[in-house]
Amino acid sequence: MTDTPLLKVRDVSKFYGNRIGCSNVAFDLWPGEVLAIVGESGSGKTTLLNCLSTRLMPTTGTVEYQMRDGGYRDLYHMTEAERRFLMRTDWGFVHQNPADGLRMTVSAGANVGERLMAIGDRHYGKIRETASNWLERVEINTDRIDDQPRAFSGGMRQRLQIARNLVTGPRLVFMDEPTGGLDVSVQARLLDLVRGLVNDLGLSAIVVTHDLAVARLLSHRMMVMKDGHVIEQGLTDRVLDDPREPYTQLLVSSILQV
Amino acid sequence: MATPLVVSEVSKSFTMHLRDGLRLPVVANVSFSVASGECVVLGGPSGIGKSSILKMLYGNYAVDAGQILIAHKDRIIDIASADPRSVLEVRRTTLGYVSQFLRTVPRVATVDVVAEPLIARGVAAEQARERAAELLQKLNLPRDLWQLPPATFSGGEQQRVNIARSFITDHRILLLDEPTASLDAANRAVVVEMIRAKKAAGVALLGIFHDEEVREAVGDRILDVSQFSPRKIAA
Repeated sequence: MTDTPLLKVRDVSKFYGNRIGCSNVAFDLWPGEVLAIVGESGSGKTTLLNCLSTRLMPTTGTVEYQMRDGGYRDLYHMTEAERRFLMRTDWGFVHQNPADGLRMTVSAGANVGERLMAIGDRHYGKIRETASNWLERVEINTDRIDDQPRAFSGGMRQRLQIARNLVTGPRLVFMDEPTGGLDVSVQARLLDLVRGLVNDLGLSAIVVTHDLAVARLLSHRMMVMKDGHVIEQGLTDRVLDDPREPYTQLLVSSILQV
Repeated sequence: MATPLVVSEVSKSFTMHLRDGLRLPVVANVSFSVASGECVVLGGPSGIGKSSILKMLYGNYAVDAGQILIAHKDRIIDIASADPRSVLEVRRTTLGYVSQFLRTVPRVATVDVVAEPLIARGVAAEQARERAAELLQKLNLPRDLWQLPPATFSGGEQQRVNIARSFITDHRILLLDEPTASLDAANRAVVVEMIRAKKAAGVALLGIFHDEEVREAVGDRILDVSQFSPRKIAA
């Protein structure tokens, strides 16, 4: 157990004019920890995710990230080039819609290989071999390596997006509704895959979802958001088994029993 | 004798906000301890708060007041106030829990479900699987089921997977929520023998056993939960 957090978030707020996107969010994320952010549409969870991942500049607050050399850097005091490098190598971002995270008109192999080239790999044979290994890990038949993701099903595209993100060995992965548009059987397979990869690789992850079952399966810790505020947080089991806040109780009691 | 689990003046109630803030007291002033090598049985009628006590101890339920002190490595951790990360760390190495039902993950093979807690503690996967296979064998789970995910298993089979998963590690404290409820006599006897082995190894056990035979066989003393129940006072 390491004794320093990977991400230190302090008083992050984002206002859209007078409207609150998210307000006064503070937490630490530890190495190997998976945090779920749950809440209904418009609760500010995606705004928060974007503020944490530098895709959106918060109005106030700081987000510090522990670099590989152990030092902390404030994400909003980095240069644009440094941030982009971080995004391409040490971080991953899995979008709800795979088309937002993939290049739809280049081959599956190139989608995975591109991230490798960003960190300096130049040997074509090795890149192709690594790409092919990753396709296997995400259960895409390697004879599809030269096909474009346009020709893939939704579930395959999502798995390809995950492979593309994980190939550089990131330490932190952001996921925005990773199972959002998928049908239930495909969801289960994807969740199981993500869970296995997160365990094997010791990744930290921040997962935005409105699906409490996804949070239960993937996360160690959970934050519940409503109207831009974090209203309840704690161990995932605790929040789901013994919700304290009225809104969390409503969410938990609204789960359909199968 | 070491006392790895001390519960001190714990109170718990549920506030049902969706029922106009109705407050349901569960237990108050729960105080007891469990020593190494001892098996304490939670007694009392259904609905008196036995399972709730186990869930508070494991960190699934928050407590309103009091302390739950666990001897974890060379420190004492209060589960009632610990942050999520510490609770998970305590669960990984010190505090185990056999729930009534197995929460399964789709697609993970039974042998891997059982081996997982050992792997989480850094044991090599191959070695963990061997140990898992030994336990499944001991619990008479048919070998052709080992590579299948336990989701479709019968209640008794799932329970045995659950027991194997929780008994595979050397956690110093084990919480047992009716571990033998859906088992036949032969498998109950196996579990009784496994609990005895844990006691001999110095594990502190706290459990709910509705089966009188099992209770007699493993329990050292019965802790009557009715004494902590506000319902008793009301009645």
